[in-house]
Amino acid sequence: MCFTTNFWPFLVQGLADGFLYALIALGYTLVYGVLQLINFAHSEVFMSGGFASYFVLEALIGTSQPHGMASVGYVAIGIGAGAFGGALVAFLLERVAYRPLRRRNAPRLAFLISAIGGSYFIYNLAGKEFGRNALEIPAPFLNGPAFTLFGATIQTDYVVVAICAIAMLIIVDRVVAMTRLGKGIRAVAQDAETASLMGVNINRVISQTFVIGGLLGGAAGFLFGLNFGVAYTMGFTPALKAFTAAVLGGIGNIRGAVLGGLLLGVIENLSVTCIGANWRDVVAFGILVAVLLVRPTGILGERLGRSA
Amino acid sequence: MTTISGEAVNHPERMASRSPAPGEGRYRALVRLSRNDDVRRFVISVVGGLVLALITGPEGNGVQMLSGINGALLHPHVFICLAVTVGVWVLITVRHHFARQVEHVSGRVMALPKAVLPDRRVRAGLWLALFAFAIIYPPTLNSFWQNVLVEQIGIYVLLAIGLNVVVGYAGLLDLGYIAFFAIGAYSDAYWTGMLPVHPPLHLNPFWVFPLAILTAMLAGVLLGGPTLRLRGDYLAIVTLGFGEIIQIVANNLQGVTGGAQGVINIPHFSVHVAGIKYHWGLSNLPYYYLILGFIVLALLAYFSLEHSKVGRAWTAIREDEVAAEAAGINTLKYKVMAFAIGASTSGVAGVIVASQIGFVEPGDFTVQLSILILVLVIFGGMGSLAGAVVGAAVLQWLPQFLRVHPLFGYNQLDLYIYFGAILILMMIFRPEGLIPSRRRRREIVLAEHGVGSADAMESGHSGGGLAAVANPEADL
Repeated sequence: MCFTTNFWPFLVQGLADGFLYALIALGYTLVYGVLQLINFAHSEVFMSGGFASYFVLEALIGTSQPHGMASVGYVAIGIGAGAFGGALVAFLLERVAYRPLRRRNAPRLAFLISAIGGSYFIYNLAGKEFGRNALEIPAPFLNGPAFTLFGATIQTDYVVVAICAIAMLIIVDRVVAMTRLGKGIRAVAQDAETASLMGVNINRVISQTFVIGGLLGGAAGFLFGLNFGVAYTMGFTPALKAFTAAVLGGIGNIRGAVLGGLLLGVIENLSVTCIGANWRDVVAFGILVAVLLVRPTGILGERLGRSA
Repeated sequence: MTTISGEAVNHPERMASRSPAPGEGRYRALVRLSRNDDVRRFVISVVGGLVLALITGPEGNGVQMLSGINGALLHPHVFICLAVTVGVWVLITVRHHFARQVEHVSGRVMALPKAVLPDRRVRAGLWLALFAFAIIYPPTLNSFWQNVLVEQIGIYVLLAIGLNVVVGYAGLLDLGYIAFFAIGAYSDAYWTGMLPVHPPLHLNPFWVFPLAILTAMLAGVLLGGPTLRLRGDYLAIVTLGFGEIIQIVANNLQGVTGGAQGVINIPHFSVHVAGIKYHWGLSNLPYYYLILGFIVLALLAYFSLEHSKVGRAWTAIREDEVAAEAAGINTLKYKVMAFAIGASTSGVAGVIVASQIGFVEPGDFTVQLSILILVLVIFGGMGSLAGAVVGAAVLQWLPQFLRVHPLFGYNQLDLYIYFGAILILMMIFRPEGLIPSRRRRREIVLAEHGVGSADAMESGHSGGGLAAVANPEADL
């Protein structure tokens, strides 16, 4: 069997990718939950997070090589900066591209089109302002083999990605399940009209949902940028796959997004050993179409309201 | 419907925000100021001016952090941009405060087109005039503009007419439209024997048209069939993915498509029928007339389709899918049909371009191009043939005109910033487009007042998995 040969290394790589997909997928799923719309510009939210963390770390680290506790601090700062950048762009996007249409009760098609407009606007503006070449985020820690597990060498950055992602995923899950804010989000997702009659400020909840999605997407942008650098084109493919992950797990379902993300990351990386690295994007897309054909509600089913 | 067109009913949340909020206190004056529509618009116009300065400013680079932003905002240039947007604000404010006087003047000016345009004979006359212009004018142009006319305007008008069927008539969003263009182009390369895999018989590119149409339609049915059972926005993302996949496949399958280097030497069109011998060479004009022929053909076909049983079914699906289904319309069939018809038009354009340039490479089929065609359709007016033609022609001509004009140089890469902005602005201010289809405009207005919808974005087939779960009526 092709995937038994390098099973463990690819599994580890797949999980590392999967955590990023899960973080981005949550942005899709949360927005879908409250608006029943795919936020096409989420890829650019992710990209903005990458750039924000690049600028902050470039200014703070420069050419020095931090280690020890300083590394932990810089990773935290990078996540914070990425999350802030992502949240800011997500918030502005909602204000400019969604809210005016919602006020008018515009048809769904209009939302999708204006989101695509927003996406292309941000994408190309970033290309213009920050250059068209990939930029390398200055390393906040020394990357190298951390430990071995079943013969797979696990790099430090995988550990960092996994720890950060798991922490954020748990926080979001708890926020949606337990806080007042989460209650508002679930209420709007279940029945927006009734929620507004019960005194939920729908506009505020939608803004907050975009911001939460932006925080996660932006942080994912930083974690992605650690490995691959940041560029204005960085958002497109990961976001398409994260969407696939969200559909795979059940769009509108928070734990489904996490499950879908991890599953997609693993399948995709195992397919690399079997079919070849050139085809991994095709595999991801094939999974999307297959899921839509066989089980369009995803593995765990839809609906944000019932998930948490 | 006229009674609920007032501001108050449309903007419940704005009404709610007028009641005094607790904790305003010290900022009361500021808050009151921010609720003034003129002030709000002024702030928006200033922000818009800064954004405009950013867009039109210099290129930045990542090495010198934020150099582009500094160059745009700390430069006298910013005042020009602010002057433009604040000027627009002044115009809008004046218009609002002198609404009656403006109405008095604009009513008279607009009275003529309003009285004349609905007349079928007048519209037919305008079409004929446009057609005559399109025949007579191009030979007087220089070779640069003839080239623009073929490669930038003609082909994109054809593509916009085709995408208009999908987006405008059926209310579906196709973000991988260029994939079918690629299928057409590669079909051309295959049947003329230029691909590494050889066809059973070599054909003149002219005979490839029917085959390319069939192939593109088949691809449309295969892709649309499964996806269109589901919510309409899944189609958007699946087509987006499909557009990428076509490019990856063309790149990777070296033995079939020639890989990243592309295919060369695709023959030009030629005719040897009944004593007529003609060969399309390197000159642009013959291709222009060929494209014009296809545009006219497509216009006639889609015009009659729009007013046929099929067109009425599309309208019904757009306006109320559930009711259409209940009335016995096989909604899935008509949606797939629209998708496939759109795909076939894109395939035709692909054949023309492949044979004209003689060269095809995977890099020609970027997602950006799919978005560009969408912009053309949205700008012109969804569901309006005149809109698709005029919108595409204007929007493809203008950048070229500005590019060669000494006063406005711009970077070709920045074009998509403007196109993105156009999509948002059109959706906010004029969703029905430049030359709206009357039916479509009415639908949008009705949908905004909660009657029916204006697209096919809801759960599709009643047997589809999501039909029971989706809640399209959520009043957000």
